[in-house]
This record gives sequence, C-alpha cells and structure tokens, in this order.
Amino acid sequence: MGQTISEKILARASGKETVKPGDIVTCNVDLAMVHDSSGPRTSGKKLDELGVPVWDMDKLVVIADHYVNLDTPESKNVQDICDAWCEAHKVKHFIRNQGICHIVLPQEGHIRPGMFCVGADSHSTTAGAFGAFMVGVGATEITGVMATGDIWVRVPENVRMEVTGALKPGVVAKDVILKICGDHGIMGFGYQVVEFCGDGVAAMSAQDRMTLTNMAAEIGAKTGIIAPDAKTTELLKAWGVRGVNADDWQSDADAVYAKRITVDGDTLSPQVAAPSSPENADDVDNYRNVKLDQAYLGACTGAKLEDLRMAAEVLKGKKVAAGTRFLVAPSTIKMRELAAAEGTMKILEDAGAIILPSGCGGCIGLGDARLAEDAVGISSTNRNFVGRAGPKSSKLYLASPYTVAASAVAGQIADPRDML
Amino acid sequence: MIQKGKAWKFGANIDTDLLAPISALTSAKPEDAYTECLKDVDPTFAPNCKEGDIFVADENLGIGSSREWAPQYLRSCGIRVILAKSFARIFYRNCFNLAVPALVCAETHKIATDDQLEVDMENGVVRNLTKGETYKCDTVPAHLMQIVADGGLMPHLKKKFKKAS
Ligand code: SF4
Repeated sequence: MGQTISEKILARASGKETVKPGDIVTCNVDLAMVHDSSGPRTSGKKLDELGVPVWDMDKLVVIADHYVNLDTPESKNVQDICDAWCEAHKVKHFIRNQGICHIVLPQEGHIRPGMFCVGADSHSTTAGAFGAFMVGVGATEITGVMATGDIWVRVPENVRMEVTGALKPGVVAKDVILKICGDHGIMGFGYQVVEFCGDGVAAMSAQDRMTLTNMAAEIGAKTGIIAPDAKTTELLKAWGVRGVNADDWQSDADAVYAKRITVDGDTLSPQVAAPSSPENADDVDNYRNVKLDQAYLGACTGAKLEDLRMAAEVLKGKKVAAGTRFLVAPSTIKMRELAAAEGTMKILEDAGAIILPSGCGGCIGLGDARLAEDAVGISSTNRNFVGRAGPKSSKLYLASPYTVAASAVAGQIADPRDML
Repeated sequence: MIQKGKAWKFGANIDTDLLAPISALTSAKPEDAYTECLKDVDPTFAPNCKEGDIFVADENLGIGSSREWAPQYLRSCGIRVILAKSFARIFYRNCFNLAVPALVCAETHKIATDDQLEVDMENGVVRNLTKGETYKCDTVPAHLMQIVADGGLMPHLKKKFKKAS
C-alpha cells in the first residue's frame, strides 16, 4: 500500500518502515523552533528548571519576533530575557529581530523537504509548503523536545485538497484558504493533515504556497503539507539550502486519503472573512460597503516579498483613502530590503503607507497597528478572533494582500480586480 | 482518577485569545493575570471559580494559538478537569502537559453552570449529580494518564531524568 508524504516523513522520523493513521509513535525531531514569547521566557526557564542541556544545539532555532515593537517595559523585558538566555546557553541559531519566525526559518535555510520539525507556535504548519512536516506545540511540550529530542505523535489521517483549474488575476493562495475556511469551518480538518495539490497549487509561486500551509492552522489541521517541486527547490536554493532532495518526498499514487476535496480555482473570487472568525469567509462582493479605519499588510500570512508586490500592483499611482490608515509591516527585514531595492516599498510609501517594524505586531494587537476602540480594520493576517488585534469593540476583516491594498485605496472593502 | 466539582459551562469556539488575552500576556506578571481569563465572555468566571471546579464547553475548545497560558489560566483559576465536545489539538496536548485532563464528551450540552459533576476518567463516565444523569466521555490513552498522574509533563520529565542519572 502506498504512503503519503506525511506518512513517509513520520515513518522515517520514528525509525519504522511504514506508519498508519492512529498509530502513536515517538519521533526524533530534526529541528525545534521557539520564539521570544514561547522560548527563553517560558520553555527556556522550564528547561533550566529540569537542569539538562539542549539535546542538540545544531537543531534548535530561537527567533525573536513577537515583541519587536519594544513599546512597553514588558516587551523590552521579554527581549532582554531572550537575549540573556541565548547568550548563557550559547544558542547557535539565534535570529534576533529579523522578522517573523515562520518566514525567517525557511529564509535562513533551516527547512528542507522530508524534515520532521516542531515549533512552539501554532503557525509552525507554514514549513509544510516546503515538503517538511512541522507541527505546533505548547511551551512545556517544547521543553520536553529540547531536553530529549523526541516527541509522541498520533499519526494523522490525510486529506487530499486539490485546487483545480487556474486562479484568475487578483486571486491568490489567501483566497483559496479563506474559501476552505468558509466551506469547512475552523475545525473542518481536526487532527488531520491537509495535503494541498492540483494545478492551482502547482501554478502558485513557492512563496504564495506558504499562505496555504500557514492557515492550515485555521482549519483545525495538525499541519498542512505540499509536495516539493522545481519551484520549491529553486526558492530554497535562493535561501541558501543546497542539495535539496524533492524526489523522495512525494505521495505515492496509491496512498490512502480519508477525504478528497476539490476547490474550483477557475471560479474563485477574492474572499473576505468577516469578524470574528476566519470561517466567516465569503466572496468580497458581500462586504463591499464596509467602511474602514485601518488596513494592515503584515504577519507571517501576508507580508512576504510577493505579498508586498501584490499590494504595490494595486497601489501604483494611487493614494490611500483619506480617513483610512494603511500600515505595512514586511514579514522580514530581508524581504523589506528586497522590496526596497526593486522599488516596491517606494510605491507603497508613495501611496501613503506607514512602514512598521518587521515582527508580529499588529497581528496580535501589539505596537502601532493595534486597533483602537470601535475601529474597523482589514488585514492580511490569519486570525480575527475577538480581542486578538485590538479591544473587544474593534472589528477585523481578513483578506489577501490584493484585497487589503484595494480596500485601503477605496476606504472601504473593495474588489482588487477592479483596480488591476 | 475521579474528580468531583461544580461545572462552569461555556459555548463553542472558545479560543486562546479569550482564555489568555494579549493584555494579560504582556502584563508585568503574566502568571498573575489569570484573572483576565474569559473576561470578554463571562467576567464572573475568574473571580468566582474555585479549586476543583470543572470546565465544560461545546465544540472546538482552545482554537487559536499555541499559548500554554490558555490552559494554565484555567488551572490557575482552579479548574482540574475539562470536558468539551471537541478540542483544538495544541490546546488538548497543553492541558495534559499541565496535568489538567481534557476529555471529549459528546453530551456537554446537557450540563449547566453550577451542576455538580463527578468525572470518572478511567471508565469514561460523567455523572451529573444535580440532574441525576450519566454521560459517556472518552477515556484517556495510558501514556497521557501517566503524565497526569505524575503531575504534568515537567514532573514527568524530572522523574525520567532522575531515573536515567
Ligand atoms: S504574525 Fe501573527 S500568526 Fe504569525 S507568528 Fe506572529 S503572531 Fe503568530
């Protein structure tokens, strides 16, 4: 019987020939990632309490990204703890204030196909875009991983999510995943791994695919994964990864899937998720007249180089509407620099964008992008739960970088296809 | 293991931002800020929850982020067992790692706040002493019950390393 890419990875990591859904296996971890919030101040402290060293310093990556705004004494304190812990433990891979962990991790060459990784953050699923199996865990659990190098896993069922046809201009991965959230709900694929495939995925850039696996977390999945192809290899190469083996990490033709679902790429419209859940997603048409105080382009979901380019495509020669604030927090400093070098940042700034530090910031209601009382915002982030990006009275809509940019220009939710 | 206590009943989709708001996490002492737990849903919960009380919810409990503060805050409020129709997976694992068993129970809609409950984790039975009803719940895999019995993943690991040395 054939195996899916996920089963092949879990079998390899647990030292078995094959695994099947429902098996509980102990996997050796190829890489563990923590950030400033889930790392030194929480799991790091716990590891010290155990009094054991990190199992393998080559395999731990610490990324400071959540508290980069440094706008409160508490934020500074979190960063100080992070710095001190990494120095005391001689952490080999400490990446400080370079951008958001899920983007920085592959960008700095830490991810390759076939790896089994864990991260102390729910969007650790993002690495699946490169054919790695990466799951999110909590702080105590990652302490166990840092101490022992292994973790128990219940082998998940596989869902084959095929995007058929071709997405139209102005429609991107974010719209696909919001559509899936809307159709299947935020626990639509609880405990399962969702494998994205089909012509629609093959045609996407390797960077845009990261948005699909990032938001696998918003459909309840254990993780999302995409079989690596030439585009994956090329992007990883550009990020300094050598000798990528894509061939060994493909699902067999006779692999078993619990569900097979298709998304029709040909007919898909830009999607918008209304407050206060990603599952409130619907065609942009249904939200056209919602007035906006703020538009935010940021987060691990929607502020990569290509996301910035999408926004620039819409904003070229246009101005942000009076009465709407347009805030841009490029997901990493490197991507901001690349966007600056090619003129993309200038287009955004000329249109009236305010550029914020590269970090989580507005996504979790920190820093200048925090929504005010009663404010209405649209954002390229992945979650719009009550109280996440601002006070309880604020309202947040989720959309693609194209739709966020178009809405910033219109001052209300707008269809980007009218501006391209 | 049998846990007896008073029920606190919540609905579906209680997410980690509600359980552990960012204002609590960014406060000077996040460990003391459990008083903000669920303040946007039921501000009476955190001040009135007692040691040994039982948290009851509908579908999708703990969706959202990996922040362990979510189950930690419930624990700090006094919650010792959690029942829900379904759990988000990271939250589910976090609960056991903090020695708060999380049990899947399809009949939580029959439970109301203030009901006295008795949860028998080995046998997968929930007795509603107030209503005189009995519900089924999932039993917990042995390796997870062991973590709970040890007092959570930290004490479990300490035991493991002590044995090894
Ligand atoms: S940008 Fe938002 S979703 Fe992404 S890691 Fe940061 S807080 Fe989490």
